[in-house]
Amino acid sequence: MRFSEAWLREYVNPPLTTEQLVEQLTMAGLEVDGVEPAAGQFSGVVVGEVLELSPHPQADRLHVCRVAAGGSEPLTIVCGATNVVVGMKAPLAVEGGVLPGGMKITHSALRGIESFGMLCSAKEVGLDESQGGLMVLPKDAPVGVDLREYLQLNDVSIEVDLTPNRADCLSVEGIAREVALLNGIDWNPQTVNGSEITSDDVFPVVVDAPEDCPRYLGRLIKNVDRNSTTPLWMVERLRRSGLRSLGPLVDVTNYVLLELGQPLHAFDAAKLQGGIRVRHGILGEKLKLLNGQEISLADDVLVIADEKVPLALAGVMGGSESAVDESTADIFLECAFFAPTAIMGKARRYGLTTDSSHRFERGVDPQLQHRAIERATQLITEIAGGLVGPIVESVSIANLPSRKPIVLRESRVEKLLGLSIPRTQLTSLLTRLGLTVEELPDGWRLTPPGFRFDIAIEADLIEEIGRVYGYDNIPKRNPASHMELQAVSEATLSVERVKDLLVDRGYQEAITYSFVEPSMLAKIEPELESIALKNPISSDMAVMRTGLWCGLLDAALKNLNRQQSRVRLFESGLRFTRVEGNIIQQKSLAGLALGSACEEQWGEKSRSVDFFDVKADLEAILRLASHEATVKFVSGKHPSLHPGQSAELILEGERLGWLGMLHPKVERELGFETRVFLFELDQDKLLKRTLPAFKPLSKFPQVRRDIAIVVEERVTAVSLTQCVESLSPLIRQVLVFDVYQGTGIEGGKKSVALGLIFQDDEETLTDVKVDGVIAEVLARLAQEFNAKLRD
Amino acid sequence: MDDILRQSLQQLADVQTLVDLGQIRVHYLGKKGVFTERMKELGKLPPDQRREAGQAVNLVRDRFQATLEEKKLELESLALDARLASEAVDVTLPGRGQGGGGLHPVTLTLRRIAKLFENVGFAVVEGPEIEDDYHNFEALNIPASHPARAMHDTFYFDEHTLLRTHTSPVQVRVMETGKPPLRIIAPGRVYRCDSDLTHTPMFHQVEGFLVDESVSFADLKGILYEFLRLFFEKDIQVRFRPSYFPFTEPSAEVDIECVICGGVGCRVCKHSGWLEVMGCGMIHPRVFGSVSIDPESWSGFAFGMGVERLAMLRYGINDLRMFFENDLKFLHQFRTS
Repeated sequence: MRFSEAWLREYVNPPLTTEQLVEQLTMAGLEVDGVEPAAGQFSGVVVGEVLELSPHPQADRLHVCRVAAGGSEPLTIVCGATNVVVGMKAPLAVEGGVLPGGMKITHSALRGIESFGMLCSAKEVGLDESQGGLMVLPKDAPVGVDLREYLQLNDVSIEVDLTPNRADCLSVEGIAREVALLNGIDWNPQTVNGSEITSDDVFPVVVDAPEDCPRYLGRLIKNVDRNSTTPLWMVERLRRSGLRSLGPLVDVTNYVLLELGQPLHAFDAAKLQGGIRVRHGILGEKLKLLNGQEISLADDVLVIADEKVPLALAGVMGGSESAVDESTADIFLECAFFAPTAIMGKARRYGLTTDSSHRFERGVDPQLQHRAIERATQLITEIAGGLVGPIVESVSIANLPSRKPIVLRESRVEKLLGLSIPRTQLTSLLTRLGLTVEELPDGWRLTPPGFRFDIAIEADLIEEIGRVYGYDNIPKRNPASHMELQAVSEATLSVERVKDLLVDRGYQEAITYSFVEPSMLAKIEPELESIALKNPISSDMAVMRTGLWCGLLDAALKNLNRQQSRVRLFESGLRFTRVEGNIIQQKSLAGLALGSACEEQWGEKSRSVDFFDVKADLEAILRLASHEATVKFVSGKHPSLHPGQSAELILEGERLGWLGMLHPKVERELGFETRVFLFELDQDKLLKRTLPAFKPLSKFPQVRRDIAIVVEERVTAVSLTQCVESLSPLIRQVLVFDVYQGTGIEGGKKSVALGLIFQDDEETLTDVKVDGVIAEVLARLAQEFNAKLRD
Repeated sequence: MDDILRQSLQQLADVQTLVDLGQIRVHYLGKKGVFTERMKELGKLPPDQRREAGQAVNLVRDRFQATLEEKKLELESLALDARLASEAVDVTLPGRGQGGGGLHPVTLTLRRIAKLFENVGFAVVEGPEIEDDYHNFEALNIPASHPARAMHDTFYFDEHTLLRTHTSPVQVRVMETGKPPLRIIAPGRVYRCDSDLTHTPMFHQVEGFLVDESVSFADLKGILYEFLRLFFEKDIQVRFRPSYFPFTEPSAEVDIECVICGGVGCRVCKHSGWLEVMGCGMIHPRVFGSVSIDPESWSGFAFGMGVERLAMLRYGINDLRMFFENDLKFLHQFRTS
């Protein structure tokens, strides 16, 4: 809602500066979004009257004018405008004046004729953007008076960002009522007198949907002056409210909407057939709107129709077929109360927002229609004359919103606001709010005024009290607290701890969008069913991620393009899949590493990150989560991972996640020129840990024996260590400390060096005993894996 | 003995290494050393001369030993100096191994917010990001076609399923199952179908609420006022401005004195001197109604804040879109935080 301060002050004029007024509105919940001067800075411009006009002897397009400017003698002014005529009044910038933009007016010779000023267009004085020749001032404009003073240009436009509950402030009168309330002063509403009825002609009105349209007023005004123009004062007020002048009939309806908050519509009566019918649309019915859009109606949409066709989308926008134009002589003026529920969402459905729908869906005062149609009639006849017909009204009292009384308990005010306000002060405040007040022993029975759609329950009243009393005047208090210890689960690892670990291991946390590009997702996780947005913001953010790799890969690519050669990223967030029709949202922790294993440095030889670097990072996480010994890394097949360098992590028989190198095919398709390692873990599974359980320590010394065996290449390290570990309770640990292929080892085979740690809880181990176990180990390895002791 | 003394002292004076010194020690003091031999020879002397001769040997030997010890200390000190010199490194060279990464500034901010509230007994709860219409709107007193829905540019999957537009549905979810008193904060991602200089289609919010027997607007003012001053670690001005949210009443927007210009007026605060940082209010009776909590017995407040906004103000970040570009040059700036 945008309005002129000077206009507001006609109704209510508190002793406040503009700044104070703006601050007061903001702190009362009517947030002021902007304050703009009504006109650019200029000075030395007066109302001038063209007395004489003659062609310029040296230039075809210029005129030499004699212009009265309030001085003893008219001034000679050279002017190039095409609309200059004798007798017109227009802004005249005189010598010494300064126009917006800083242009100084001096007397100067134009093609040999001395000019003592400049006649101005509306654009030249900063009032309009369009070029339209000289600005035409009203005939009664007083010659010589400063234009700023004459047009009240020392004014500002105040833009208020109203919350949806405050429909009552969507008019200058509404703001005035609020300002009066806040300052405890009276205000003067616009006086409206009923117009004299000068014609008997009526246009019949039938309302088929009284629940949606409880009140409909119509009136014919015939024979309006087609040549009339909107008076400058109205054009100016509309302009300062952000509306352009569109001809006197439309301007009047817009003006009344701004002034009183009541939307009206003017139809060209010659284009209507039979009578008005307020009804629901018929499915498939078409209506061409004023903005040129053709819409297809549905049966829950309220329309204004005549006997044959729909004319307007009720409360939203008129149709182009029945609109007024320059040839209109007879108009049918509509002024209705539409129920908010009938209008809510309808404009949005057709992609429209109009000043009218904005007000109706929030609630227009259901008692305002008579006053508004009379005000519009008064303005139309003042500007364009016309014969005024009687008002036709269709009203359904039962369907008009009724304001039910609300009981407000004094104790409740104190309980919810946290302060006690004296009862007399509260009563006075409630009265000032326009409520009908009835005192009760422990509170009040209050009936809200018709324009307050937002006051229906006790809490609404408490909010109003707090607001008008001033939030700043409510004390600050520390909430009283029940001291109650909260459960802390030791069996759940905090994800923040895991994030810290990754950070310490050189990973940078990323936050990527939860929606990703469908084709990229199809390359990464083709086997998962993704969930598509119905209204994505763009095609590259159209489906929900089924895992976190898409976002991380995208971020890595962007960083490579920004000249980074080493990227280590991780992210924690939800992944979204559809499983058997159900939406599954799982927390996931994923990481990516590419480039050198360490940042480039003098102290370590540079090498690329590999599978085991990232595996070490995962093992560190698993250690934190007590899963190091229980998670199995199983060589697995993932559609976007290298089949020879990918592992599925299995925890207690279920998949915990994946680790691997991005498949070279995908690597190329995505545009990487480097190897990329990825991991992703089911976060909830990961974070469930077991508590440490103490085992007694052995008092006897450990013994270590190393063996090197040669086995087939495909034999996994873990199968060897598990086999050895399971052989004897004396074997406490098995280390793999070397894996070798090459000279001395037959092709297709590898040498694996194992370190076996022995210990007994009962006695010191003897060589004989250990040798016995070693022999057993070698025999079992030979049997299971065809392993031979390396020479 | 004088010759021996002179000769031995000369040897000590000439010796360069601890090894050579050891040999000299053995030569004079060993089992077959010069002094040992001399002492053995004393037996051959007539008894009346033994005492005197013995004293003379002892005197020279003691003198030699003292000098030897001195020399040993001197040589040890020299050896240490030599080792220290040879082992010196350029301490300005950087350390070896893996460098550290960093947390995202949104996480840093979320942790800070959570810490402040956890310290006074709030528990952190999370909720789903794909929500249903009921929890995101209906239960929060935003029925279909309510004008407030136009303010939430919602991403939909189907008629009833959407991406949550705020963290407030967590309020409903917690109150559906939990019983008051409740002290909860709910951080998380939220989504709005809007993208320009000052909007990203995804951002983070922290929702907080407290329900107890007698919670008032004054309590809400108190806790948020303290929170903002502690969060920014500055004695900033805070104001509560009436506003409207369908799920709270009374409702307020919370403004802080612009931390960029100190309230004088700048581009960031649109020359108003104030920055809007939070929305809040007393939980609406209809919200209590939808979770079957009796508003006559319980009252509560709720608040919500935009995390990116707070992070921008805290760290002086001037472009919202940087948060989700994951440019390492941006992210690395928060490594030290």
